[in-house]
Formats: sequence, C-alpha cells, structure tokens
Amino acid sequence: MASPIEQFEIKPIVSLGKIGASEIAFTNSALFMVAAVAVIALLFVYGTRNRSLVPGRLQALAEMGYEFVASTVKDSAGHDGMKFVPLVFSLFMFVLVCNLLGMIPGAFTVTSHLVVTAALAAIVILTVIIYGIAKHGAHFFGLFVPSGVHPLMLIILVPIEVISFVSRPISLSVRLFANLLAGHIALKIFAGFVATLIFAGGWIILSPLPLLLTIAIIALEFLVAVLQAYVFAVLTCIYLHDALHPGH
Amino acid sequence: MAAPATTTGTTAHGGAAPAHGGSFPPFQGDTFASQLLWLAITFGFLYWLSAKVIVPRLGTILEDRANKIGNDLDEAAAMKAKAEEAGQAYEKSLAEARAKSQAIAQETRETVNADSAARRKTVEADLAAKLADAEAKIVATKTEAMSHVEAIAADAAGAIVSHLTGTAPAPADTAKAVKTALGG
Repeated sequence: MASPIEQFEIKPIVSLGKIGASEIAFTNSALFMVAAVAVIALLFVYGTRNRSLVPGRLQALAEMGYEFVASTVKDSAGHDGMKFVPLVFSLFMFVLVCNLLGMIPGAFTVTSHLVVTAALAAIVILTVIIYGIAKHGAHFFGLFVPSGVHPLMLIILVPIEVISFVSRPISLSVRLFANLLAGHIALKIFAGFVATLIFAGGWIILSPLPLLLTIAIIALEFLVAVLQAYVFAVLTCIYLHDALHPGH
Repeated sequence: MAAPATTTGTTAHGGAAPAHGGSFPPFQGDTFASQLLWLAITFGFLYWLSAKVIVPRLGTILEDRANKIGNDLDEAAAMKAKAEEAGQAYEKSLAEARAKSQAIAQETRETVNADSAARRKTVEADLAAKLADAEAKIVATKTEAMSHVEAIAADAAGAIVSHLTGTAPAPADTAKAVKTALGG
C-alpha cells in the first residue's frame, strides 16, 4: 500500500541541470502546469476561433467562464477594476483547471504545493501593493487607518489592520494548498481502506462502507476544487478593490 | 477553519513517516526552484494569452452580440413605427374617401332638390296664371250676363206693363225703372 503522501512527490521527467542544491527539471508538476494552460488555451482560444454570433458548445462554455470572471471583478472591485480582468481570469482558470486535473486518478495536483499557491498569492498581493502605491502614493497607507475613530484607538487598530493585511497572502495561499492537500490525502486513505478490507479475510464484508465514503469524498472534492478557485478569485477581487479605493 | 487544522495534523503525520522519499513533499525545499520556474513560465504565458487574446476576443464577441441585438431591436421598433404610420395613413385616406363620398351625395341631393323645387315653382306659376285667367273669364262672363239681365228685365217689364195697361211704355222709361228697382 502506497503512502497517502506519495501522490504529492515531485518526480523529474527530464533533468535540466542544477542550481546549487536544487535540481531544475521538467517534472510531473511542470507537466500538469503545461497541461492546465493547454486546456485553458484549447477552451478559450480554439473554442472562440470563429467568434460566432450564435455560440457553439465550446464558445458558450468559454463565454460563461469569461462572463463569470468579468462579473465577479465588476461586483467586487468596481467598474474601474476591469483592467484586472486578465489577471483574475488567469488566476481563476489556472487554479480551477489545476484543481480539476488533480481529480483525474493518478494525476498530480499542482495546487497541493504551498510554494505554488504562495507564489500565486504573492502575485496578487504584490499587484495590490505596487498598483496601490503607484496610483495613490502615501494615501494607499490610509488602508491601515480606519476613518472616524478616536486617535487613541488607532494605536490598537493600526497594528490590527497591518496584521490583517499581512495575513492576507498567508491565508490566501494556505487555504488553497490545505484544502487540496487534505482532500487528496483523505481520498487516498479511504480508498486505501477499501483495498485493505478486501484483502483482510472476513472483513471484506465491511469494504463497501469506505467505498461509499470515497465516492462521497470525490463529490466533495469536485466541489472543493471549484469552490477554492472561486474563493481565490473573489478574494483577489476584494484585495484589488483595496488597491483601487484605499481608505475605509 | 477545520481544513488547515486537519492539514497541520496530516503534515506532522507525513513528516513523521519519512519512509517514502524523505520529508513531506510540499516542504522539500529543493523542488521549489523548479516549481517556481515552471509556474513563472506557464502562468506568465497564460497571463499573456489572457491579456492579449482571450479577454479582448471574448469582450469583442459579447459586445458585438449586444450591439447586434440592440440594433435588431431598434430596427424592429422602427419597422413597427413604420407599419403603424402606414396603418394611420390608410385610416386617414379611408376617412377622406368617406367624407368625399358623403360630400358628393350631399351635393347631388341638393342639386336634385333645387331642380325639382324650380320645376315645381314654374308649374305652380303656370297653374296660378291659368287659374287667374279662368277667374277673369268667369268675372267677364258674369258681368256680361249681369248686363244682359237689365235689358231682359226691362223687356220683361215693358211686356208686362203693355199686357196690363195695353199701352207699351217707352223703352227708356222701363230701363230707368228697372235700374232703380234693381238698386242701380
């Protein structure tokens, strides 16, 4: 019986050399990142190649995805947030497709690695900080100063606001990573129980129970895969709203 | 919040079981550089594709569709207005034609009436003239007859007087006497 964490191991497919102790290679993780981008390109570039007035199946799906992201950005970040649609679209689609590709049995889940989700969260937070300062200058730091509060209260409130801002990239990355990791481990463990019970003599009678549970967890994991991509996109929009309109 | 707690638990569990490939894979630092490199390449390409191709193209498709639908609706509204206008023009011409036919009928009726009135007037005048003529003739005849009555009466008186007296009176005297008797 393989370990439940074996599925998260990064295996080089083609090694490209080393930088210090780190091996630079085309790995299974890289393969699924490329696959995710290929799926997105297939749907959104090939699917919309005709620019049909009356969309076909692929184009209707692509339009749904785009309209969903565009309306999320408009609702959360406001009308002037529309320039961030490409960023939110890329993040949402990349996370969604990586999560869903990870649901294929035997596939590697790119988003189950903290370094990947942390990098994606860093892209969001750096965009917020750089754009916020470029657009509003020092006024951007008004984000940390709630208006209409007694100055003495600010001594307590400003550090809280700073901590809450700093914890945003952490929660953004850990939420996605932890959900995907925990879900896949649970799935593997319960699926493993089925096999263990089948080969445990009389206990075979009990084997349908973890099987049913595995099926339920698979359904839950599909929900989590979509929901976490959505949560990532919505939080990105909310943080971008702060960059566009600092101050409470 | 249950999920991160679960993860920390599993993480510790995974870390404690280094039988498969050393430490827990998500925390193997030597894979980070490779993952970040491929993430930068793939996500960078995806962002470029989104910004340059996907988002503008889908935006155009949806905008074109919205414009087309808007234009079609406008066109339909214009056509409806035109149809209503044509309907009104038809109603108007119908009303005009009806008014004209009524006017013609009225005019005809008036001409006919005037004509018949004129004719009646001439006939009446004709009849009145004839009546007056006849009346005049009657009066003339009556006058003539009345003038004869005196002569006849004088003659008769003369004859009576001659019968009674045996002598014939002078005709002038009888005429005078008759005239007096008649109250002339």
